[in-house]
Amino acid sequence: MADLRNTFVGIKSPNPFWLASAPPTDKAYNVERAFKAGWGGVVWKTLGEEGPPVVNVNGPRYGAIWGADRRLLGLNNIELITDRDLYTNLREMKQVKMNWPDRALIASIMVPCEEESWKAILPLVEETGADGIELNFGCPHGMSERGMGAAVGQVPEYIEMVVRWCKQYTRMPVITKLTPNITDIRKPARAAKAGGTDAVSLINTINSIVSVDLDNFAPNPTVGGKGTHGGYCGPAVKPIALNMVAEIARDPETYGLPISGIGGITTWHDAAEFLALGAGNVQVCTAAMTYGFKIVQEMITGLSSWMDAKGHRSLDDIIARAVPNVTDWQYLNLNYIAKARIDQDACIKCGRCHIACEDTSHQAITQFVDGIRHFEVMEDECVGCNLCVNVCPVENCITMVGLEPGVLDQRTGKPVDPNYANWTTHPNNPMAKQAAE
Amino acid sequence: MGTTQSGIHRGRLAPTEYETNFSDLHPRLDDHEALVAADRCYFCHDAPCMTACPTSIDIPLFIRQISTGNPIGSAKTIFDQNILGGMCARVCPTETLCEQACVRNTAEHRPVEIGRLQRYATDVAMTENKHFYERAARTGKAVAVVGAGPAGLACAHRLAMNGHDVVIFEAREKAGGLNEYGIATYKAVDDFAQAEVDYVLSIGGIEVKNGLKLGRDFTLADLTANFDAVFLGMGLAGVNALGAEGENLPGVVDAVDFIAELRQATDKATIPVGRRVVVIGGGMTAIDAAVQAKLLGAEEVTICYRRGKEHMNASEFEQDLATSKGVMIRHWLQPKRVIARDGHVAGIEVEYTEMRDGKLTGTGETGVLAADQIFKAIGQTFEAGGLGSLAMAGNRIAIDAEGRTSIANVWAGGDCVKAGEDLTVTSVAQGRDAADSINRMLAAGAQPAVAVA
Ligand SMILES: Cc1cc2nc3c(=O)[nH]c(=O)nc-3n(C[C@H](O)[C@H](O)[C@H](O)COP(=O)(O)OP(=O)(O)OC[C@H]3O[C@@H](n4cnc5c(N)ncnc54)[C@H](O)[C@@H]3O)c2cc1C
Ligand SMILES: Cc1cc2nc3c(=O)[nH]c(=O)nc-3n(C[C@H](O)[C@H](O)[C@H](O)COP(=O)(O)O)c2cc1C
Ligand code: SF4
Ligand code: SF4
Ligand code: SF4
Repeated sequence: MADLRNTFVGIKSPNPFWLASAPPTDKAYNVERAFKAGWGGVVWKTLGEEGPPVVNVNGPRYGAIWGADRRLLGLNNIELITDRDLYTNLREMKQVKMNWPDRALIASIMVPCEEESWKAILPLVEETGADGIELNFGCPHGMSERGMGAAVGQVPEYIEMVVRWCKQYTRMPVITKLTPNITDIRKPARAAKAGGTDAVSLINTINSIVSVDLDNFAPNPTVGGKGTHGGYCGPAVKPIALNMVAEIARDPETYGLPISGIGGITTWHDAAEFLALGAGNVQVCTAAMTYGFKIVQEMITGLSSWMDAKGHRSLDDIIARAVPNVTDWQYLNLNYIAKARIDQDACIKCGRCHIACEDTSHQAITQFVDGIRHFEVMEDECVGCNLCVNVCPVENCITMVGLEPGVLDQRTGKPVDPNYANWTTHPNNPMAKQAAE
Repeated sequence: MGTTQSGIHRGRLAPTEYETNFSDLHPRLDDHEALVAADRCYFCHDAPCMTACPTSIDIPLFIRQISTGNPIGSAKTIFDQNILGGMCARVCPTETLCEQACVRNTAEHRPVEIGRLQRYATDVAMTENKHFYERAARTGKAVAVVGAGPAGLACAHRLAMNGHDVVIFEAREKAGGLNEYGIATYKAVDDFAQAEVDYVLSIGGIEVKNGLKLGRDFTLADLTANFDAVFLGMGLAGVNALGAEGENLPGVVDAVDFIAELRQATDKATIPVGRRVVVIGGGMTAIDAAVQAKLLGAEEVTICYRRGKEHMNASEFEQDLATSKGVMIRHWLQPKRVIARDGHVAGIEVEYTEMRDGKLTGTGETGVLAADQIFKAIGQTFEAGGLGSLAMAGNRIAIDAEGRTSIANVWAGGDCVKAGEDLTVTSVAQGRDAADSINRMLAAGAQPAVAVA
């Protein structure tokens, strides 16, 4: 059996699956249930300053997009940080940590961007026995209008400053949670590192309007006739999150900085992908909000069976394994040539590959051969773009086959060059570097 | 509790049982079910399902319209090709048409539910009373249509759309043809056939004259003299005889008459049925008669077909439906003699058959099936008078590819012609296409060509 035990910035948990700071971790009742279900850790719903708590809207706070059969693909929310009293939360956190010493309990914090505010809250949190803190620089709505959340996360200097205060006023490990609502995710990550953070976690939710109510001409969710942009999460954001995780993992300036991967993780497979791209553990929110806490059982057993099948003994065997294979476009091998190939036995003759290639790509797939409905790739036209593979409804029906070096590429009429050559040296590139003589 | 008496009796079941038995076979999908079903469609290019539909409905498009929450647009896509798309959605043997061709049938033996989706969209539009077609400016041309069945109605609608004045001469009391008098009760509940007739006629410019029969009340020559064009869509009015001794005994009934009577009865409990019923035949009519006899409370219903299962005209789906209702289907048996007791049917003597030298022959071995009632369902025949010199082909009206007959200005389509399968949808296609041909002729003002010499 693969060993799923996880140590992240010194915090131990029986598995790498944590619940992200959000409604599932809002109070002791939920967190107790989550731990019973098997979650390795939780990041408690973001705490705010002492005093009257924030208030949430009393109308709908979620919107969604769905796929077939109303499968939830993307969720959008306009919820704020915890709307419960600080001391109630602290008391519950302390009790839960006592009840579950083997699980990770992290406090998420968002207070005004002033040294005094951070200095005031940190000892209170430390007193609960929490294993660490996560700085919420992500919330893209409501809190950002008050100069917190994403408003801080979008300014690297502020991040660095706040992280420094935290490192100064607490001995707890600091995880800096980043907002994706920024052009280059490496900048805030570098700033957090400069401030001394122990880790970054990402992504928080993405600014979005999830849909428009066409009867009332207002964005959803509509609260009394008006709507606002909210934070987008769930399966739809996973590709964005994966890229941001990879960017930080392979950035020489942040290389090796622990990352807690978040964003659209719904299955063990999603989690394994985040780990492979450099995440040291993962956090989940929407999947739990969609299906309940039990999904962690699928995640644990799925990850462990896959690791067993592949001979990976511990998480260290997979973490960051894909990072060296993430590169820039300019370094991709332009001499690698692939062609689409259709398995005629599997083909159901829907014609989608043909019309996609014919209407929008390279006119490389037949519709009729000798008057018979027949879909076949014309290798002399195929550029190997992979579109047909993506639109074919039958799995593994179309595959991309790499041509062996020396084989004739019928499209160019030239044999496949065995040597690696990329854009930086390509003759069409005006900036091509001449090979040093 | 009903009665189990032998002989032919009404009220074999309790009143509520009738209601259950004759309720909708495949109720309309609800909105969510329709979305899920629609989502399975791949939106194929040059879709095989569409090619397989006799009316060539743009199936991928109408299904996509359903999946985007646009059932009204979807209904228009359907009606553009097939104004009786509502009935076809209910009665088409989709398992041998569009759904057989569906690529998901190839992929996982479970086609997209095209028929039920078509029903969903057309039902939405019809219950919301959405009409999509207006008459073009009147052309002053008049066309006579004989028969208000699917072929006649489809033809009349397309002609009216093009601004021609249409008069339909219909022998029976109600319009609809076999949609009204033939289709199994559970396929067209809630008087759908009449609702559809009203929907089709609402375009205006179509007058239906009921109770007027070609050959009895007027001749084809009368029509050609008074109208610019004529369309014949009389279907098949005759029934094949068994050719077995005793077939005129009380208790031996034409299946089509039984079905028509049942369709017309508002209270199904008033329709008498035997305790033991034997149905002779192997087509859709045999199946429908047998299933409905069973649903009326017959204790034992047996279909006797003189050839093998693979030769039956009724589709696999229809056969399964019958057996699931408890009908026994027996093959390689032909009727020899109806057996009487006290002047009533008591049974039927049947003979085993086999293929010998490519010919169906009796083996000489016989047996007797006890029966209180026997339904003849061995095929309908073309039967009409007053047609003058109209050319026939294989006992039906001869037509060319456009539906033109041998007589100038006379078109024909539906079951009464020698072309295509005897199906509602085929009849609609032929009626519609004949209308287009008539319209072309009228528009051109050209001298019509005589197609079939
Ligand atoms: C019992 C039964 C069940 C069937 N089930 C199905 C099914 O499930 N699915 C399917 O696709 N098909 C089914 N069919 C076949 C389908 O009903 C026919 O193919 C279709 O109705 C033919 O249409 P039509 O317009 O040509 O003729 P019809 O529907 O027969 O209409 C002809 C009309 O012409 C009228 N008429 C006849 N003679 C004259 C005359 N001399 N003068 C004036 N009017 C006249 C008749 O009264 C009738 O109204 C079934 C047929 C039967 C008999
Ligand atoms: C309703 C809701 C409330 C959230 N509140 C917080 C919060 O208080 N603090 C925080 O750091 N992130 C918050 N998040 C963001 C999640 O922790 C997480 O980063 C994001 O949802 C992406 O993960 P997912 O795709 O698994 O949901 C919230 C998300 C949702 C859906
Ligand atoms: S890989 Fe691209 S170019 Fe080649 S056949 Fe497929 S769609 Fe066409
Ligand atoms: S998309 Fe796939 S299944 Fe459809 S025709 Fe092309 S190869 Fe065949
Ligand atoms: S063949 Fe099936 S999947 Fe393809 S368009 Fe028709 S219904 Fe849709």
